[in-house]
Amino acid sequence: MKQNSKEKLKEVFASIKMDAERRFREMKGDSSQNIFIGMATCGLASGATDVKAAFEEAFSEKGISARIIPVGCLGHCYAEPLVIIDRPGFPPILYHDVTPGKAKLLVKAFLEEDDPVFEHLLGAMEKNDLIPWIMDFARFNQEKRVVMANSGLLDPEDIYQYVAKGGYSALVKALTLEQEEIIHEIQDSGLRGRGGAGFLTHIKWQLVRDAKEKDKIVICNADEGDPGAYMDRTILESNPHQVIEGITISAYAVGAKKAIVYVRAEYPLAVKTTKKAIEQAKEIGLLGKGILGTDFDLDIAIFEGSGAFVCGEETALIQSIQGKRGMPQPRPPYPSQRGLWGKPTAVNNVKTMASIPPILNKGAQWYRGIGTERSPGTAIFSVVGNVLHAGLVEIPMGVTLRTLIFEICGGIPNQKSFKAVQIGGPSGGCLPGSSLDTPIDFDSLTQAGAMMGSGGMVVMDEDACMVDVARYFLDFTQKESCGKCTFCRIGTKHLLDVLERITRGKGRQGDIGLLEDLSLDIKAGSLCGLGKTAPNPVITTIKYFRDEYEAHIREKRCPAMMCRTLTAYYIDLDKCARGCDACVGSCPTESIFTTKNRKKGIDQTSCVKCGECMASCPPEYDAVRKVSPPELAPRIERPQETVTHG
Amino acid sequence: MKKKTPMDNTAEIEQEAMLHDIASILRTFVKEISNLIPILQMIQEKHHYLSPRALQMVAKHLKMSSSEVYGVATFYNQFRFYPPGKHQIKVCLGTACHVKGGDIILENFERKLEIKVGETTPDREFSIDRVACVGCCALAPVAIIDDTVNGHMAPSKVEGLILGFDIEKEREKREKQQSEAKQ
Repeated sequence: MKQNSKEKLKEVFASIKMDAERRFREMKGDSSQNIFIGMATCGLASGATDVKAAFEEAFSEKGISARIIPVGCLGHCYAEPLVIIDRPGFPPILYHDVTPGKAKLLVKAFLEEDDPVFEHLLGAMEKNDLIPWIMDFARFNQEKRVVMANSGLLDPEDIYQYVAKGGYSALVKALTLEQEEIIHEIQDSGLRGRGGAGFLTHIKWQLVRDAKEKDKIVICNADEGDPGAYMDRTILESNPHQVIEGITISAYAVGAKKAIVYVRAEYPLAVKTTKKAIEQAKEIGLLGKGILGTDFDLDIAIFEGSGAFVCGEETALIQSIQGKRGMPQPRPPYPSQRGLWGKPTAVNNVKTMASIPPILNKGAQWYRGIGTERSPGTAIFSVVGNVLHAGLVEIPMGVTLRTLIFEICGGIPNQKSFKAVQIGGPSGGCLPGSSLDTPIDFDSLTQAGAMMGSGGMVVMDEDACMVDVARYFLDFTQKESCGKCTFCRIGTKHLLDVLERITRGKGRQGDIGLLEDLSLDIKAGSLCGLGKTAPNPVITTIKYFRDEYEAHIREKRCPAMMCRTLTAYYIDLDKCARGCDACVGSCPTESIFTTKNRKKGIDQTSCVKCGECMASCPPEYDAVRKVSPPELAPRIERPQETVTHG
Repeated sequence: MKKKTPMDNTAEIEQEAMLHDIASILRTFVKEISNLIPILQMIQEKHHYLSPRALQMVAKHLKMSSSEVYGVATFYNQFRFYPPGKHQIKVCLGTACHVKGGDIILENFERKLEIKVGETTPDREFSIDRVACVGCCALAPVAIIDDTVNGHMAPSKVEGLILGFDIEKEREKREKQQSEAKQ
């Protein structure tokens, strides 16, 4: 680009930025009190809408002038709904589990009487002398936020907030560079695709750039189908502009004029915020024709995926956009050679796209400084299951599983012990306690038998049955297999049949060997990643938890007491209190009866083993027991119908 | 053949109105195969399901065979081929929900409403579906009713939610009667 047009580009952006800063000041200016409420899907599910209404009501009642700013997700799902109150004289304070009642209390105590209500706060967002700083806690200070740096801190529906915080400056920088220079910068940063496989991003880009075809396409893959992973959704809901900026830079680098964001239709809020973000970017000239006064044009469209797990695979995704069944195609040709509509196509994950602006802003060397030698940068995990501080965590690569689960996420609740962690969703594996010191990076996880995948991480305590977990994942992949390859279509069905048999106490000698052999065959005989990785949950659970399989097959016993056919509940008559009826009302099938001496018994023929009676039994009696195999439960006969009073 | 009841008649009228509307939806789309999935999504969004007649109309519009359209529609989990209930219950069976007993929640809905997953109650009030993860894993187990996400579900909460709808229905009925009585 010529020197004078570079200057012009900078001028155009400078005026946009000034405008954004002015609006940002004005927005804050008319009231100095700001209430930020986390209103992404998790927050909404926890009741953020009611909390917002409660704040609004309290403000109008008391005539307080304060501004409510809906923001995205901070990633601290365990503490939702989260509210940050920023007012003069205090640092911005983060409150957790805010209910409508608590909202009113905060208005009265904090906004009216200057009492920050210490018992409800999580921490202050800035260092100060009064309130503990959030950065003093492991859940905050061991994270390294690159992709999610602004998630939960700005209004996703307001492009000016993103620009005022330095957004789109990486795009300006990119437009002043040659395309090759951008690809070099990405190469130097060592960025690997965040979709799971960890393919080097710059190689994809270079292939598309070098292709002779004139029309090229960029696709941002947000078809996050892994059960247990939701970071792509959160990023799009919390800070869509960072993704759009990344897409725009990548389109410029590869020479594309058209980009598509492929989002799951199951994420209606993510679709909405992304659509809005694209419109806003277009309005102020950051997308569309002649971006920022240059001759670079880009249109971004949204395609809503219709719920097929296999569409996360790039060739299947492309089929689906073309209006066909989402079946993977053999590679080569790679999409970067012949992709959507036969044109060279660069398909990148949401997190990859969102990593681009920080890399350009701060430089490849800075990015290389984070993470490990072979896996630079950060990884985002959704740590859920039996863990204290569940939610999204962005950590530098190379942190061990132990640090992530026990230090950052607070370990296992209810004094239970750790059993396994499932990483990478249906394609990943279950790792036991002995693997906790594995560093988290693309290669180490694959070596241990799991994989980075999309970053879903489910922590399981002693109550999880590993055979049932394997069965669960096979049930999922079996349903989601597109049916193209015989081994995947029929093989997974057989794996599932055998696993179901085992969890129902009908396992046979030799079943474990059969599972192992079949798994290897499916891996060898499948075309795409779905079939190649579908047996991973089975292989890893057999490898690390063989004794559980044996207990199911030989003793018809579920050691974790999770397989319902192999367990039974009964009431310990020595502990049951006469005349207490707590469990009777809780039973959904009326299986609890009163014995002759006014204690309770469970009718094993109609019990569905939901565990409600155990939860409802008052802790001072603690009379409900769970056993496996079910024959261990003492038989208590339901007395013959007697005359009932009342 | 069954004798026609007035109920069938209203169903037919509804069906006709729906097809008429679908025809007008189709007119807004260019006849390109890449529009197939967006068209199906649009129809489902407005009418909540894809009827055999609707699929035939789409096929005709795009100059494809009905079997091709059916093949694509059944490939994706999002599309349903029977009318859903007034209240759609979706029970999440993602990994985190499974570990925390999502299947027990599903079973409770099934037992309470006396239908199986994928079915609609005879009075068309409720339908139950399973979904593979709604991305609220930290709140597991989760059930979505209409557009409300209910976190930390328990079997007793299932009863409460259904009871809530029943009470609401009763109230509406009573109010309707009262307003009719006033007139």
